[in-house]
Amino acid sequence: MTGNISLTRRVTNVFMLGLTGLATLLVVSILFFVLGYLLWMGGSSLSIQFFTQIPKPTGETGGGMANAIVGSGKILLLASLIGVPIGFLAGVYLAEYSGRTFAFFVRYVTDLLNGVPSIVIGLVAYTLVVKPMLHFSALAGGIALGIMMIPIAVRTTEEFLRSIPNSLREGAMALGATKARTIFTVVVPAAMSGLTSGMMLNLARVAGETAPLLFTALGNMFWSQGWMQPTATLPVMIYTYAISPYDDWHQQAWAAGFVLLALVLTINVTARLIISRGGSSARR
Amino acid sequence: MASSIVIPSAPPSRVRDFFRRLQAGEEFAYLLTLAAATTVLLIVGLIVYELVINSTQTLHRFGWSFLVTSVWDPNKEQFGALPFIYGTCVTSAVGLFLAVPAGVGAALFLSEMAPPRISAIFTFLIELLAAVPSVIYGLLGIFVLVPAIQKYLYPLLKPLDFLPIFSGQFYGVSFLSAGIVLSVMVVPFIISVSREVLMAVPNDQREAALSLGATKWETTFQIVLPNASTGVIGSVFLGLARALGETMAVTMVIGNVPKISPSLLSPGYSIASVIANEFGEASPGLHLSSLIFLGLVLFGLTIVINAVARLFILATTQRGA
Repeated sequence: MTGNISLTRRVTNVFMLGLTGLATLLVVSILFFVLGYLLWMGGSSLSIQFFTQIPKPTGETGGGMANAIVGSGKILLLASLIGVPIGFLAGVYLAEYSGRTFAFFVRYVTDLLNGVPSIVIGLVAYTLVVKPMLHFSALAGGIALGIMMIPIAVRTTEEFLRSIPNSLREGAMALGATKARTIFTVVVPAAMSGLTSGMMLNLARVAGETAPLLFTALGNMFWSQGWMQPTATLPVMIYTYAISPYDDWHQQAWAAGFVLLALVLTINVTARLIISRGGSSARR
Repeated sequence: MASSIVIPSAPPSRVRDFFRRLQAGEEFAYLLTLAAATTVLLIVGLIVYELVINSTQTLHRFGWSFLVTSVWDPNKEQFGALPFIYGTCVTSAVGLFLAVPAGVGAALFLSEMAPPRISAIFTFLIELLAAVPSVIYGLLGIFVLVPAIQKYLYPLLKPLDFLPIFSGQFYGVSFLSAGIVLSVMVVPFIISVSREVLMAVPNDQREAALSLGATKWETTFQIVLPNASTGVIGSVFLGLARALGETMAVTMVIGNVPKISPSLLSPGYSIASVIANEFGEASPGLHLSSLIFLGLVLFGLTIVINAVARLFILATTQRGA
């Protein structure tokens, strides 16, 4: 069989297929490089102080980013409180209630919202929240990230609800359950593991966002009280410290980068494991 | 189903009341979800409205010539967007130039060549690569990539300085550095979307080509890839939209100098970076309004490209299925 194929064609075949394999290896090796480098640089700069102390004034070494870790937590909590309910309910509407035309329109606009650059969302959060209130705040940052969470929340909810077989809905309705009852007591619980992990991935995605926080939450070298003050976050701290001229701050930036990356990737891996296991638990 | 029994003696709590209405009130549940879906539309409308209303001052002052003027001087209140539009386009072009061959190649490998288990593992790793925050890429860009380009890549490009795109002095931060960082950031998106459209190509296409005596590569390149080409182009557009809007990593390595130079080795500026750098300190008025107008331009660009990309991808996956 191979005898009929000319040498050039065989060489081209092996060469080009080898190139595609090389391209894959190249891309995957970037991941290992990023992981390895951050582990090396970040791990060596990390100390217990990083988690317990706030930044020291310029010129003094040491200190940590406890305020930024708490700040990130606060803003992500706010973002989830805004993005998850709106996205979830809109997703339920798309999967269970909607007709064709309006649903297509909502879906398309959702995808467009997903494509809006994060810095533009930051601009809008600034004009909507910071400008009328006259100061930067955790609230503004939370609203910016919350808006960013909506499109993925909508699409994952719709996707996972659609993956629930119709026999479940028919079973519930045959027992006399109303439509809303069917959706919220049968369909949604059946899709729960998928929904949870989808929302986790969503949160992990916005956890690393920097651009929309630059002029909404701004940053803070101290603890911020409450929700209405400028608030430090890990990604903004990494940015500020990385572009500073001080070596000590660079070390801190690596440590913060390592913590952020570890957090984001841990959530990602966990959520993806739940999704891949979810296939078997849905059938039970 | 014990939980569904309504206990009248239970203390009225707002949360429980809410869920009872949610469970019992058909109309309420319907209206609630409809309201949420409408909210999504309203938010996008609000984004457009806010961007337009807050940038009218610039439009009144400079008109559309704002887009083709290259002077940006906040002190003299002279604003033109051209250097930023140029920088955004050049860095995205460099990014795609590097990312498209690697991305499409890897997608071909994952969909056509690799055994399913290997393909699944690699796809998982590539999805993780997409999850790395952009500020981390910026960090690596400043401290690893820029020095590496200066040390290893620049000596290779030096003999080519008769070409306008490689001419001039090199400081490390440049269009080229930003483009390389962007290529790493968009490549996972190109791979995962392309892989999906390639896998949607029906198997009988491959079998027909192979049975006619085509080699594996000929089948892949002449039959499978053309079949999925619309979707692959869609994935490239999706990557382009990502690259245009990317802020942090670009800001950290592009140099932030508003000038137009044909050389990729020269520092520049991009739309997203100038917003990131100047918005916090901009004085209210023309400067702020100009930055928001730049945001509107960026928004418009990415919306159009995204819309086209979605249509392309929709066209292929639905035909394949």
